[in-house]
Amino acid sequence: MNPVAHEGAQMKPVAQKSAQMRHHAPQDAQMSLVAAHGVAVTAGGRRILHDIDFNIDRGEIVMIVGPNGSGKTTLLRALLGVLRPSHGQITRARGLQVGYVPQRLHLDPGLPLPVARFLSLPRRRTRTDIAETLARVGVPGVAGQDMGTLSGGQFQRVLLARALMGRPDLLMLDEPTAGLDQPGVASFYRLIEQVRAELGCAVLAVSHDLHVVMSASDRVVCINGHICCEGAPHAVRNAPEYRALFGLGTGGALALFQHQHDHDHDHAEKTHQDDPA
Amino acid sequence: MTLLDDFMTRALLAGLAVSLATGPLGCFVVWRRMAYFGDATAHAAILGVALALGFQISIFVGTMLVALIMAMVVSVLAGRGWAMDTTLGVLAHSALAFGLVAVSFLPNVRVDLTAYLFGDILAVSRLDLAVIAGGSGLVLGLLLWRWSALLTATLNEDLAHASGIDPGRERMVLTVALAVVVAVALKIVGALLIAALLIIPAAAARNFARSPEAMALCAIIIGGGSVWAGLQLSLAQDTPSGPSIVVAAALIFVLATFFGTLREALRKS
Repeated sequence: MNPVAHEGAQMKPVAQKSAQMRHHAPQDAQMSLVAAHGVAVTAGGRRILHDIDFNIDRGEIVMIVGPNGSGKTTLLRALLGVLRPSHGQITRARGLQVGYVPQRLHLDPGLPLPVARFLSLPRRRTRTDIAETLARVGVPGVAGQDMGTLSGGQFQRVLLARALMGRPDLLMLDEPTAGLDQPGVASFYRLIEQVRAELGCAVLAVSHDLHVVMSASDRVVCINGHICCEGAPHAVRNAPEYRALFGLGTGGALALFQHQHDHDHDHAEKTHQDDPA
Repeated sequence: MTLLDDFMTRALLAGLAVSLATGPLGCFVVWRRMAYFGDATAHAAILGVALALGFQISIFVGTMLVALIMAMVVSVLAGRGWAMDTTLGVLAHSALAFGLVAVSFLPNVRVDLTAYLFGDILAVSRLDLAVIAGGSGLVLGLLLWRWSALLTATLNEDLAHASGIDPGRERMVLTVALAVVVAVALKIVGALLIAALLIIPAAAARNFARSPEAMALCAIIIGGGSVWAGLQLSLAQDTPSGPSIVVAAALIFVLATFFGTLREALRKS
């Protein structure tokens, strides 16, 4: 299985972009927003990722799934530019605006932080802009509340709101639904879908759930140190047996990613089988 | 200027100037849990005093250089996987001890060590006042300039990165600011109590503030109030001035926490 062979053809060197586009969204629809080419990442002498060829295009929804410790977050941080790859290269479209939703955000209780102030970091936003974005993500009226008083679901939506404030071309979410229950996951995925439809931004989300993914995903990429396989998810919308499994309340936001690996990992295969789906 | 002829006026102005810098910087020390880091940097300042006297350079420059080097060594070691508190414990007390031993080697210099350990705000000269005001102004300006970036990097480093902010650079800004504040505040409260001047007003301000900016402003006011009250105490009871300022700050903290808890309880009931 060679899941990545088709990707090289879509890549264009970033250097060809003209200078006047620096502060605008990349306009060429064929242009990859972010592309990784033969990327390896090493940390503390341990090779976490290798031979990663990956790209995401404008408006695409891509989900990265993989067991714990498979390097999902590392890949996201490398694509974000936080980690420098030890091999290969990562190219970002010039002027790319990224909205990032971290997996966790620990707030020191010593720091008073109203929601509106958080959304204005690092750049000042207008009150109407803040109110509109909060309404868009389904938490209107929390602008004056302190971040510490929000519930888990509200907090997640406020993080998403902040990521949306800069009108991003690409939304990157690291395990955005960790800690949410099944209906919570479904409604969060529905919200992402809706945001994508309204703003047209590409979405790159990471999940440790190997089998249940966003049904709107254009592609699902399964990684475990390297890219194991990728493909389209199978929508559960119309399959009654899966609707029974996930409940009717999910509104078709969840899909199954059915995949089989044709190779073994020393230790990781066990994690695959243990993973409840 | 006849106003500056009065040593009490000079002391008060010096204290208020330092509060302008320690208020907002202290907030970052609290938010980022760098309390012990500030302490370590301050202890290293004694080594700076010894070196400055030995090499006959300005004490301000000597302490600032050593504080800077100290802060950077701590950052590097922490990045190599050493536990932060172990690293700080080794470096802070070693630097203090080396400083005290080094001072004893200076033959022709009569050094009043207590002035550097506990500060001597009443002996602030016009030149000292100028240096303190300049240093504090520099730090305040630096913090105002980088405020949003510093705050974003304090929340989450990856989040800062995604917004085009280099968290390493912002950490460096705080390190430099801390070194400058240690150098200028050495005269006010001394090496052993500088951390108190950073942390206590900020911690007290947390009880009143509902935004980061309000907390920084509140910390400045509380710090300034502590300086004034401490100097009055020192004047009236002939107590050592540096510790008196910290005592005043501690009492304000107790009152602030009491009212903060009371207000919280009233709101819940």
